[in-house]
Amino acid sequence: MKFRIRLIQTTVVCFVLFALALGQQVASFEKRTTVKKLANGLTIIICERPEAPVFSFFTHVDAGSVQDPMGKTGLAHMFEHMAFKGTDTIGTRDYAGEKVALAKVEEAYAAYLAERDKPVDRDEQKLKQLEQDWKDAIAAADKFSAPYTNEFGKIVEGEGGEGMNAFTDYDETGYHYSFPVNRLELWAYLESERFLHPVMRQFYKERNVVIEERRMRTDSNPTGRLVEQFTEEAFVAHPYHRPTIGWISDLNSFSATDAQHFFDKYYVPANMVVTVVGDVRAAEAMPVVEKYFSRIPARPKPDTATTTEPPQNSERTVVLHEQSQPFYIEGYHRPDYRSADDQVYDAITDLMSNGRTSRLYRALVRDKQIASDAEGFTGYPGNKYPQLFTFYALPIPGHKPQEIGEAIHAEIERLKKEDISDEELKMIKTRAKANLIRSLGSNEGLAFALGLNQARYDDWRELFRSVDRIEKVTKADIRRVANLTFVPENRTVGMIEFVGGPPPGAGAGTQGGGQ
Amino acid sequence: MKRALFCFLAVIVVVGFTVGDGCAWAQAQQTPQQAWQQIAIPKLPAFHPAQPKRIELPNGMVVFLQEDHELPTIDGTARIRGGEQSVPANKTGLMDVYGEVWRTGGTKTQTGDQLDDYLEQRAAKVETGGGGDATTISWSCLKEDFDDVFRVFEDVLKNPEFRAEKIEIAQKGMYDGISRRNDEASQIAGREAAKLVYGANNPYARVAEYATVAAITRQDLIEWHARYVHPNNIILGVVGDFDAAKMEARLRLAFGAWPRGEAAGRPEIKPEPAKPGYYQVDKTDVNQSNIQMVALGITRRNPDYFAISVLNEAFGGGFSSRMFGDIRTSKGLAYAVGGGVGAGWDHDGMLRLMVSTKSKTTIESIAALDEEIDDLDKHPINDEEIKRAKDSILNSFVFRFDSPEKVLQEKMAYEFYGYPLDFLENFQKGIEAVTREDVAKVAAKYLHREKMAVLVVGNVAEFDKPLSSLGSVTKLDIAIPAPPPGLMPEQGEHP
Repeated sequence: MKFRIRLIQTTVVCFVLFALALGQQVASFEKRTTVKKLANGLTIIICERPEAPVFSFFTHVDAGSVQDPMGKTGLAHMFEHMAFKGTDTIGTRDYAGEKVALAKVEEAYAAYLAERDKPVDRDEQKLKQLEQDWKDAIAAADKFSAPYTNEFGKIVEGEGGEGMNAFTDYDETGYHYSFPVNRLELWAYLESERFLHPVMRQFYKERNVVIEERRMRTDSNPTGRLVEQFTEEAFVAHPYHRPTIGWISDLNSFSATDAQHFFDKYYVPANMVVTVVGDVRAAEAMPVVEKYFSRIPARPKPDTATTTEPPQNSERTVVLHEQSQPFYIEGYHRPDYRSADDQVYDAITDLMSNGRTSRLYRALVRDKQIASDAEGFTGYPGNKYPQLFTFYALPIPGHKPQEIGEAIHAEIERLKKEDISDEELKMIKTRAKANLIRSLGSNEGLAFALGLNQARYDDWRELFRSVDRIEKVTKADIRRVANLTFVPENRTVGMIEFVGGPPPGAGAGTQGGGQ
Repeated sequence: MKRALFCFLAVIVVVGFTVGDGCAWAQAQQTPQQAWQQIAIPKLPAFHPAQPKRIELPNGMVVFLQEDHELPTIDGTARIRGGEQSVPANKTGLMDVYGEVWRTGGTKTQTGDQLDDYLEQRAAKVETGGGGDATTISWSCLKEDFDDVFRVFEDVLKNPEFRAEKIEIAQKGMYDGISRRNDEASQIAGREAAKLVYGANNPYARVAEYATVAAITRQDLIEWHARYVHPNNIILGVVGDFDAAKMEARLRLAFGAWPRGEAAGRPEIKPEPAKPGYYQVDKTDVNQSNIQMVALGITRRNPDYFAISVLNEAFGGGFSSRMFGDIRTSKGLAYAVGGGVGAGWDHDGMLRLMVSTKSKTTIESIAALDEEIDDLDKHPINDEEIKRAKDSILNSFVFRFDSPEKVLQEKMAYEFYGYPLDFLENFQKGIEAVTREDVAKVAAKYLHREKMAVLVVGNVAEFDKPLSSLGSVTKLDIAIPAPPPGLMPEQGEHP
């Protein structure tokens, strides 16, 4: 028990030191971080971190799958793939010729689509011919680019680029990799060129790649299938109900022209924040970055108004009958990230889910022993718009998802009826500060965090302020927000129930085949 | 699982994993200088990353100290020789249970739950884990809490109690994992491919079963700890905001008088690869096939390692590679495609070429992989591909040591496996020396279709052609063996 006796005293000391350590970090970042808004509206952040002769960047584009047009879900993500296809000078033998050939592909595809989607009187013979014409047009266009397949990526990799990748989520699209620091100017050229002169080449083959991505993440994955249905059920009006990867019929319909239109509308400089972190000096690097990115012409910021999700006034449930083991998930609507209670939800996430002291671990895994993992977290499917606070758990063999739901609800009731302890509140606040300090030690992580906070709040310093706000959270806040949010009418439940095979470990094959 | 579960649905990434171009490599003619090539690339500033200080205590414990004053944290990890590969087959899974309960089971004077409360109040961690050839125990804390947290670390390291109730929780977690192991096709493919390469019952590939986990007792955990946790089996690395001389004094005080024990020794393990051919797992709830072509790989000590590293980069290693360019970009057959000859530290890694494709292009995609291998002979990796692969490895070399922690991890791995501590510098020289002939030679030596096992996990009824159209097919039995009677609660509630 020797540790216990000193517990409270040490925690107080801890607090003071934490504040000191964080204060030093804030001052240091003020000195090292430079922000510039270019005349075209694009924001550049440069953060000096001279630990090793390398840098990382993160390009944040304030458009995600929420911006996908009706009938064209998956388009934001599709464009993200196209941003790796090169430009009018990278990835082509002769762009003038290729441009003409690509226009013919679009004409042929439009003709094919018009026939394919005729509600009545579709001419199958004609459709076959139109499909062939379209494929021939693709083959003709490919002749211009085939010798330079993946040229953009080849340049980045050959020059020592590390971790080249990108992501699309509901709220935004991001592009990132790292380079040795002597490639800063080359990077500024490549990254700006990609959003100055993108070319929608090899579009329809890449669309097949994306459809394979859908098969992998969603169609062929039981949890993927559940989460897609669950999300679709939880949101009826807001675009959060649609999958980022896109519905299969949309993926099989949208065109390169659609992707170009998406780019034209949303990839405007005022929608972009480019963050560079590493062994660079702002005084020298900023003019270089500015020189290349200011070439992107200013365009008006798009209208991004979306439908507001109406209050949910009935519990909703989706049940998937699968040949895989049970799974339980439930979500409650909460307001967007600008809510005054945003950090209260963060505090609840930490309390319910962070490690072996968390309430869900202790109740479901340690004490009741009905789940192998249980967590609750905020920010699904995104956080720019009103979203869900979500709980999930994996029932261990012999326990049903319904039993898991009841155990989670018991923990929620406790949250609503009893104040959390002093120790718990301190733990939440201490961890928020420690986690922030620990997140400051990598170029990639910093580029992402600074860029995202700049994009969301128009100020990267919010990264540090979020911890100040969590410091102000009270026990009463947690009870109030729990009572406001965690009510049955505001709940959507998703479950996988095991069917179609013997129960776990009954001896026979647990899959349809495998004998 | 955890939050990653949702991230993977919300966040869609363009490249499947880091692991191929058939047209470009052959015909790309020298182009006139492009705009990007006119941008000057200055010389990279000289960079000599700080090296950790290596100390060997009289009792054989090896310590690496790496100062890093950027953030006010101190982290340490001890790697202890001996792991799952030394566990008898009838207790498979022992290291998973041990790795969890070593920490959750608490110490002689503190329960695991008390340690949880104590550490979390400081936002600190002390964690343990089990692996194939080692177990680990680590701490992570803010520097002001070092004394408090290090005392817990030392206590867990030397005085674990392995309380029975925590063993039960760990076992239940294992049973849950076993029950779920056939739910996802990629997990089946990864597991079964390893069994084909090393042998189903081989310590490099075997998996825990209900019976082997149920057979694990508290006495097993106690005996394991008594047998392996000795200073002469331990490599401890510490990184963070401390003074190395003071840290050394503190560590000598903690561990200097700890007596030596029996050395861990290394188990004799012989891979028993399955015979080449086609292997099939039928999974009726998917619309995509996981295809893996596998065989034994090499170790990093193999003199071919450098040429193989270049081959892997050019053949299946990323955006620029042939497999990615042909099978993904040009044919649109897959999102996830790639692979290469894997290199292990102390035993042969796995040669693995993989592609995931819709059910009705399964056979077509296997043919496409075959074509890639055949093409290595007809159109060997050319000068342009060699240059790009070497450039890629050499220009990104700095990322292997761009943080003090990475440098420390490298050195600890060399120490653990008995590699020269300048292995990384030699690697750079080795890559620079690789020629086109070297790459052609290793391609011919290691990549043989007829020596590989081809595994397909997919929805057999939907395939474009039966797998048997390619050769004789072995259907793999992935049924989960029944638990011992009475182990599991209420069975059979499902239809």
